[in-house]
Amino acid sequence: MENVIEVQNLVKKFGNFTAVDNISFEVHKGEIFGFLGANGAGKTTAMRMLCGLSYPTSGSGIVAGFDIRTQAEQVKRQIGYMSQRFSLYEDLTVLDNIELFGGIYGVSKREIAERSEQLLEKLQFTSEKNKRVKDLPQGWKQKLAFSVAVFHRPQIVFLDEPTGGVDPTTRRQFWEMILETAHNGITVFVTTHYMDEAEYCHRVSMMVDGHIEALDSPQNLKLKYHAASMGEVFDLIARGAKRSD
Amino acid sequence: MAAIQTNQLVKTFNAGKVSAVNGISLTVEAGELFGIIGPDGAGKTTLFRLLTTLLKPDSGSATIDGLDMVKDYKQIRSRVGYMPGRFSLYPDLTVIENLSFYASVFGTTIQQKYELIKDIYCRLEPFADRKAGKLSGGMKQKLALCCALIHAPSVLFLDEPTTGVDPSSRREFWDMLAKLKTHGITILVSTAYMDEASRCNRLAMMNNGRFIGIGTPQTIVNEFDKTLLAIRGDEMYRLLNDVRNIEGIEECYTFGDVHHIRLQKDTNLKMTDIEQILVHQYHHTNVKMEPCQPTMEDCFMNASKKER
Repeated sequence: MENVIEVQNLVKKFGNFTAVDNISFEVHKGEIFGFLGANGAGKTTAMRMLCGLSYPTSGSGIVAGFDIRTQAEQVKRQIGYMSQRFSLYEDLTVLDNIELFGGIYGVSKREIAERSEQLLEKLQFTSEKNKRVKDLPQGWKQKLAFSVAVFHRPQIVFLDEPTGGVDPTTRRQFWEMILETAHNGITVFVTTHYMDEAEYCHRVSMMVDGHIEALDSPQNLKLKYHAASMGEVFDLIARGAKRSD
Repeated sequence: MAAIQTNQLVKTFNAGKVSAVNGISLTVEAGELFGIIGPDGAGKTTLFRLLTTLLKPDSGSATIDGLDMVKDYKQIRSRVGYMPGRFSLYPDLTVIENLSFYASVFGTTIQQKYELIKDIYCRLEPFADRKAGKLSGGMKQKLALCCALIHAPSVLFLDEPTTGVDPSSRREFWDMLAKLKTHGITILVSTAYMDEASRCNRLAMMNNGRFIGIGTPQTIVNEFDKTLLAIRGDEMYRLLNDVRNIEGIEECYTFGDVHHIRLQKDTNLKMTDIEQILVHQYHHTNVKMEPCQPTMEDCFMNASKKER
């Protein structure tokens, strides 16, 4: 199986504090990989290293074929990123945002024009293309933000709690976009606090106190921990945490 | 006397173009733990800001502990505790300085009211001299709760206290609220996490400025008036779209490791019919189906569908 992320003995220290404590794992191409853990477990720090935004204290990582220590800029070109907190420019229109992010990621003008037309049609946003993002309903913003994050057809898209605060119907429409994206071969790396969403992942890792405590398919994790749901698995594993948030 | 009573509260913004709160009538009894559940943009925060007298309504009225929200706003402010959704303590003051400050604003001291915050504050105590801005998310949340409680309010308003908090810490927070309830405090709490509904005595589901359902967690589930099925098969993504093509099915959506199917109210469609179609027409394998109990999310989706 082809791997798009390979991490070995990755460590990140801030002074005396070891935020990420020697983690090793692989993510396969086309996989939906759930990156779970309690607040303060080290998820964000680990994710920042994988995106080429933070230099590891030790250990190594290959993301989309590039070394996160020596080729951070190349890594950034191969990935997409979306978080709940920041994703789009609210004062720009729908089309402006698509063009801006497409341009930043080096998609040619002609390609941008073609793809944005397709995208707007698919999202049924064509009549809204000149609306400012801040005037869109929350659910639309999130769908647009996700589409923008994969607009340059990255190998991997990183989603940091993408669905917080969304109504249940929109949350599901959002996940259907994720399933479709993975179906089309883009690898999805996602953190979430919704445990039902962990069930949609092919494999899930659970971080506790900076290290990976468990990594398997949701089905195997439930079997191993004799749990009925991923929520129960989360509770059982997080209970062992020493580091308090 | 009801702790909170509102009558047709309305609040609009942008010269009436956006109705954030659109005719809310609500009664919360003293000592109740009442939840407002709804997504971002439903109007929860505006409702809270109205009830804490930070906003004036366009129309309608409300009383808190029998006091009028417009006329008696000063008295109301000394009786309510409010924890806003966004962290709003002083980041440059330490934990203990923030707490002392809020106590002094209300003319009291930490010692006088220590009993009420003891269980929560003891977790913060090791960090008493740390600046509030340097605390982790969970600790900020606990400090904000202590500050909202320091004057022993009779009604506590908590606006999305668990947003962005991991599942275990969320459970812990609800345990703290259950404990506070034993002191007789009325608590109005909002959340976007539907699974927290079961922790409330009663709750209202809010969407687009209106309540689309109100009751105990049990009555809301009992009011679900359609057949709900859980289905699984070997190809879950394809299954989703194929089920949607079957006549008599109102909605099919992902639900953890299964999909939920909500049947139309007047359909004669049976489980065996659905299975027949999926196996013979769409060639699905290992299709398994069973009736299931609706969760709060199923109820919310059903209620918001009716509204549209």
